[in-house]
This record gives sequence, C-alpha cells and structure tokens, in this order.
Amino acid sequence: MPRLSTPEELEGFRQEIVSKRDPNKPCISICAGAGCIASGAAEVIEAFNAEIEACGLTAKVDTKGTGCPGFCEQGPVVVIYPEEICYLGVKPTDVPEIVSETIKEKRIVERLLFLDPVTGVRAVHEYDISFYKAQERTVLCNNIKIDSKSIDDYLALGGYTALAKALSQMTDVEVLEEVKLSNLRGRGGAGFPAGRKWEGSRNADEPIKYVIVNADEGDPGAFMDRALLEGNPHSILEGLILGGYAIASHEGYFYVRQEYPLAVENINLAIRQAESYGLLGENILGSGFDFKVMVHQGAGAFVCGESTALMTSLEGRAGEPRPKYTRSNIKGLWNRPSVLNNVETWANVPHIINRGADWFNTVGTDSSKGTKIFSLVGKITNTGLVEVPMGMTLRDIIYKIGGGIPDGKRFKAVQTGGPSGGCIPEDQLDLQVGFDELTQAGSMMGSGGMIVLDEDTCMVDVARYFIHFLTDESCGKCVPCREGLRQMDRILTNITKGLGKEGDIELLEELAETAVEASLCALGKSAPNPFLSTLRYFREEYEAHIREKRCPALACKSLISFYIDPDKCLACGICRKKCPAGAIDGDKKIIHIIDQELCTNCGTCFEVCPAKFGAVTKISGVPVPAPLAQEKRMIIKRAPKESPKKNQGKAGKNE
Amino acid sequence: MSEVQFEIDGKKVKSAEGATLLEAAREEGIYIPTLCHHERLEPFGGCRLCIVEVEERGWTKLVVSCVYPVAENIKVTTRSEKIDRIRKTIIELLMAHAPAAPELVKLAQEYGADQDRYEQDTSFCIHCGLCVRYCNEVKGKNAIGFVDRGINKEISFIPQIAAVECNDCKECFPLCPTSYLQAAFVLAQALSFPPSKPEGE
Repeated sequence: MPRLSTPEELEGFRQEIVSKRDPNKPCISICAGAGCIASGAAEVIEAFNAEIEACGLTAKVDTKGTGCPGFCEQGPVVVIYPEEICYLGVKPTDVPEIVSETIKEKRIVERLLFLDPVTGVRAVHEYDISFYKAQERTVLCNNIKIDSKSIDDYLALGGYTALAKALSQMTDVEVLEEVKLSNLRGRGGAGFPAGRKWEGSRNADEPIKYVIVNADEGDPGAFMDRALLEGNPHSILEGLILGGYAIASHEGYFYVRQEYPLAVENINLAIRQAESYGLLGENILGSGFDFKVMVHQGAGAFVCGESTALMTSLEGRAGEPRPKYTRSNIKGLWNRPSVLNNVETWANVPHIINRGADWFNTVGTDSSKGTKIFSLVGKITNTGLVEVPMGMTLRDIIYKIGGGIPDGKRFKAVQTGGPSGGCIPEDQLDLQVGFDELTQAGSMMGSGGMIVLDEDTCMVDVARYFIHFLTDESCGKCVPCREGLRQMDRILTNITKGLGKEGDIELLEELAETAVEASLCALGKSAPNPFLSTLRYFREEYEAHIREKRCPALACKSLISFYIDPDKCLACGICRKKCPAGAIDGDKKIIHIIDQELCTNCGTCFEVCPAKFGAVTKISGVPVPAPLAQEKRMIIKRAPKESPKKNQGKAGKNE
Repeated sequence: MSEVQFEIDGKKVKSAEGATLLEAAREEGIYIPTLCHHERLEPFGGCRLCIVEVEERGWTKLVVSCVYPVAENIKVTTRSEKIDRIRKTIIELLMAHAPAAPELVKLAQEYGADQDRYEQDTSFCIHCGLCVRYCNEVKGKNAIGFVDRGINKEISFIPQIAAVECNDCKECFPLCPTSYLQAAFVLAQALSFPPSKPEGE
C-alpha cells in the first residue's frame, strides 16, 4: 500500500485506481447493509460468486457487497453496472437467471424489477423507481456504489479530495468559516449550528481539544447512522479529520454502540486503511497536521447519545449526564473543549468543503439547510432510508417516496424525532420538514426517525410505548425523569388497560411539566413529548379511554372484545381451529360464537377470518351482544339472503 | 477572586465568583430546600429540589441552584408559583418511596405535598447519592456504589471493601435522609461479610 505524502500523490493514486477500472466492465453490486443481510443478501452474494465462477466469468465480471441504498422494504437490492439495472427482492435462486440473462445476454429479468403499485409500470433503473425519484441523495448516494470495506472505492469516487483541498489550499480558519457559512445544523437531535459549536471549541484556551462522532444511534426504528457507518465509513472519517483540522484538535473518537458490530468493524478497518495511506496519523499529506482517531464501543445505553453522558462514558465511567451548566465544546471530554457531532453531520462536511457553503445553502429552508436522512418505517408501503432536501413536506415524503399507507388503511399520524419526539396528525401533513417547523408542531427533528401510524394505531398506546421506552432508558440520576417517567408510564399503562380515572390527564400534565422544566438532561426534558403531542392532537382518544373505557382505534387489548357477527359467519371453522384458547364454539353449519370468558383477545380469529366473510369484528366501549340462542345457530341455506329486518337479521339467515 | 453583584428575591447581594447560587443564597440567609446537596461534596444535581428562576439578559430560565454559578446582574427568584409546583411534584414523587422520611414530611408540609398522590413504591432509597459520594469523595473508600440504571438503580455495599472499612466509619449513616442506608448495610453485612466469630449452625 502506498503512503501518500502530498495532495498530488493522492490525486495521482486516485487516477491510477480509476484508470485500472474499466467503466464498461459489468459489476454486480449487492447491498450488504444490515437490512438486506437480514433478508438473505449474504447468500445472494455467495450465489453470485459461485455462479460467475461456474460460468468462467470471474475475470470479466466484478461483484461487490455495498452499503445500504435505503430501499430495505424490497431487499436484497442488486444493481448491475454499467447499465445500472436495479433488481429487488433477489433470492439465491434468481442468481443463475440474472447471470445468464442480464450479464451474458444483456437482457432484463422483468419480474425482478420494481413494480410501481400506482402506475403498474416496471422500473429498470434505480433512478426510475418512485421511492428514489423524489429523493436528493447527497450523503447516501455513494452507499450503493462502493464496497464499504474498500478505501480505493471511496477514493475512486473522489474520496478525501475535501481533505486534500482543506490541507493544501485552506487555512484551518477558512475551513471553520466555510462550515459556519454553510449553516449546517447538527443532525443528531437539537439542531445546534455546527459552525458555532466548532468555533467555541477553537477559541477555547485549552490547547488539547477533541472531536467526537456520536454514533450511539439508539432510537427504535432508526438506522440512518448505521447505514452510513456500515456503508460509507470513510465519508464520516473524512469529515471528522476536517473538523479536527478546523478546531486545531489532534485527537478524534468514534463513540459507536456495540450493538452495531458491522459498523464497529467497518470503522476500525477504515481507520487502519486511512492510516496506512497517510490520510491519518502524523503529517497528513505533508501538511504538518497530525490527527489520530480511536473507536470506543458504547454499551448500548440510550442516554449515552446525550453529549455529557457520552463523554462521561467515553472517560470510562457510568454513562450519566453531568449537571454542569457549561457547554461541552468548552469543557467536555476530560474537561477539555470537545466538538461532538452526529454521524450524518460529519458526513456532510466533506461535501461542504468540496462544493462550498454557497452550494449547501441552495438546498433547504431558511433555517434548515441541506438534506436530511430519515428512516421511514411503520405503516408505510416503502420502508427504508430516504434522503430529502429540508423543506420537503411530510405528505411528499410519506406518499411520493413512501408510497402511502399499505392495505388501503387511512393515515393517522407520523411520529418523528425518535422516542422523545412527537406525533403529527393528518391535517399537518403539508408541514415542511425542518428543525424549527417540527418543533413548532410539537415534535422534533431528532436524528430523523419517522414512524408512520395508520388508523389501527391507538395514540394513547403510542405515548405509553415511548414513555415506557424512555423510563427504561432513564439513567436514574435525577428525580423528575426517573420518578416522573415511572409514574407517567404507570398512569398511561392504566389508561390503556381501562383503569384510567378522571384527573389522570391533569396528573400526567403536571408530571410532564416537572420533567420538561426540571430534568437534568435533554432525555428527561424531552421525554414527555410523546404524551404532550398526542394529547395536543388526540385528546379525545384519552378521554374515550378514561371515560367510556373505549379504545377508538380498537387496539388496546383490555378495552376490546372480539365478536363474530352471526349475519356474516358461514361456519367455515377456520377461526375455531386456529383459536389458541379454545374459546370458539361452533361446528359445520353452526354459527360460531366466541366465549368471552375464555377469549384472551389475541386477535387470531380476526386475522384468519376470510376477508370475503369479515365476520369477526372488534368492539370497544359497548357490551358484547349476547350469544345467539342455540336453536338459531343452524345455517340452513348457504346462498346469501337479503335480511328482512336488521334487528332480527340473524333469524333471516338461519331459518 | 473577584466579586459578583446580583439579586436574589429582590435583594442586592455580592458573592465570590465561582460560587453557586445555593451557596450565595445560604450566605444571605435565604433558604432553598435540598436533598442531595452536601457542603463537602461536588454538586450532584440529582434531586432538582433547589430549582430556582434566573433572569439573565432578559431571558428567564429554571436552573438548579446547587450547580448554577453566580453571575453579574442576574436576578434570582427562589420561590414562585411554578417553582413551588415543581418542588411539590418532586416531593410527592419521592414520598411514593419514603413516605415517612422526616425531611420529606417537613418539606411536604411546607409545599402542601400529598404523600399519597402517586402509587406507593416503598423502596425507601431516594437516590440522593449522599452515601455513595461521601464514601468516594471524602473517604476515598468506595465501599458503596450505585448499581443498575434508571428505575432499577440501587445503592449497594461492595462486600469486600465494606467488610474492612465500614464498621469503624459509618459516617454516611447520618447523611441518609431515609433510614434505608443502615438497612442496606445490615443486609450486606448479613449476606456477605465474613462472620466476626465462627458460628455453627
């Protein structure tokens, strides 16, 4: 491996890599991100390698496992270059056909292409797919193009040009100024302007300073940072080195949760590769700038995403936030100035240095510039990672990119900002996503979680779920968070169980105020958001639970009953056979009845009742109708009949 | 060290730079309630009972006075409707654990707190950390520590150290605002200290 000692050598080496690569040589890229691996990508990669060898094509075709391109819903994702044909949901059994058809014959395997659910048209290329069309991929775009374990791949696509440019053509202050002018705001939660944070550290007296990557992504359902760490680690590393240069720091840290083993592996590998190329270490590219990076694995505490808790943990102590009213960019890790930014924030930096602050400012809203990656999950047709310009509406993200709500269900709300974010209802779908816009709506940007909820979701239960998560993740240091959340969790759980009382809402509001105003760190201060935002937009659901013991979404198990509509039951017997509690009575041609005493509300009967019958229903807030008298349960004629009278309709069918 | 001038509850006061609001207030004879504070220990900021309002350059915010440093020209309010409401909630939350702790009973009277407001969870420890921090910061022994996290957090004596250090010290006992610490000690002793004299059973 060469040690590159000048920017020119780096450029020469890059040309050498590019010139050795034949742009027309077929290359099969298979997503090797966590989502696709879970869908069997490793077997697909193996199958491609075996098939290509068996066909004697090893010298003529390249294969590579790449980073996550985001369309996890339809993984494993395979892209074939140079044509950029995109196949979705590829299985090892599809591999021989792809090799014989697409690689050898240059023909397309139609059935593996994306089928647009709206237009019914198949899309050949990634950029034709509706999921990708409306996205703007600045940070994520290289994920599918590079083997995440290859620094040469990153270099071939212009990697480390920003570093070379900064070290050879810009002073450290100029780099800092460029980031300040870009108006880049932290992608991890609070959206603090990165440039101002950097400047504070740079101007601090202490000579030893640190730069840190917050890779402690812990939100349920979020995997933005994971995709970048696993897929394109060098982009984050390059940003970190630039940050170190800008604030005159010579030591950087990655704080990665150990639950991301592939991320840990890839980051460690990236650091070793960069060191051996002379892009890290002493006298980087002959500039005289020294910088080293270490990886620290977090033990998986959500609170360690909070800056002072992360630094305490990095120092080797229990991850609890510090009570001090001093910013960590002035007194952070080991009480020294420390710039902590999120993975995605760092990954934006090389783009800003390469293309300039003016370019960065062309994208986004007045107060939120650039793009943002969201992990779009929940009740959404196209689950995956999406990168969009700030200012795109929630409606566009959910419908244009996400493809709307599956199974013809109705949209109810979108939960943004991670567990301590909030729920935004349907009438605010035209809200533009941006830091301040989301905060005003009672939610927040957070790190970019976006969980779509449909009509079957109970908002009280959503609040309970997130408050429970945060109760579990509270470090326990301060009373408003530890004890306040414990009680909030308890009260919310009671409400969803039908044990709510008048006054519970007011009690929750008081606990929420105490946590927001008096908690020690941002976890506690933002923890009541799931409750506050659902109360703001869905108060009637709380009231229905408490006053009528009714769950309007028919989701809270303790408040619903399953009931077989005798008018619709045709005694097919499926529910009776599947019921795990043996609670369904019936026989051939005997209308089925659920014994409410035995029923455990598991919902199996509801799921298995054939859609054309739809006889099993959920009811809430009203008593279950009394079971049909034995003699009326016989089904005599199978043919559907007009019921003569609604109230006695059962008789019409049975006699 | 230079002096800083500011206002507490409408009273103009001076204090040494670097002092906390709590220290300044106590010097002036203004009472702010605390549970986790101790003069000999680093500020912990755990109980949040000493919360006060600070007006600085036109901005008002709530801060905990045991940590917040004095600053020129700030206006500190130690009691208001909002502060009292938050303190009352904090006391009520802690009384779910230690309803009979004398300090809490006294505070409850002052702030009109209802000890039965929240479902009881009588575990007695209120996690002020005085014992843990005193043993670490003053005695340098670390015979007692916190274990686990969040709502499962507990104080626990480390038997190997406690067996050697605690019998002759016990300086943490009077610090405990509930009586849980002694109980925890006796439990640790019973479970794991080497018996002082051989016992046959």
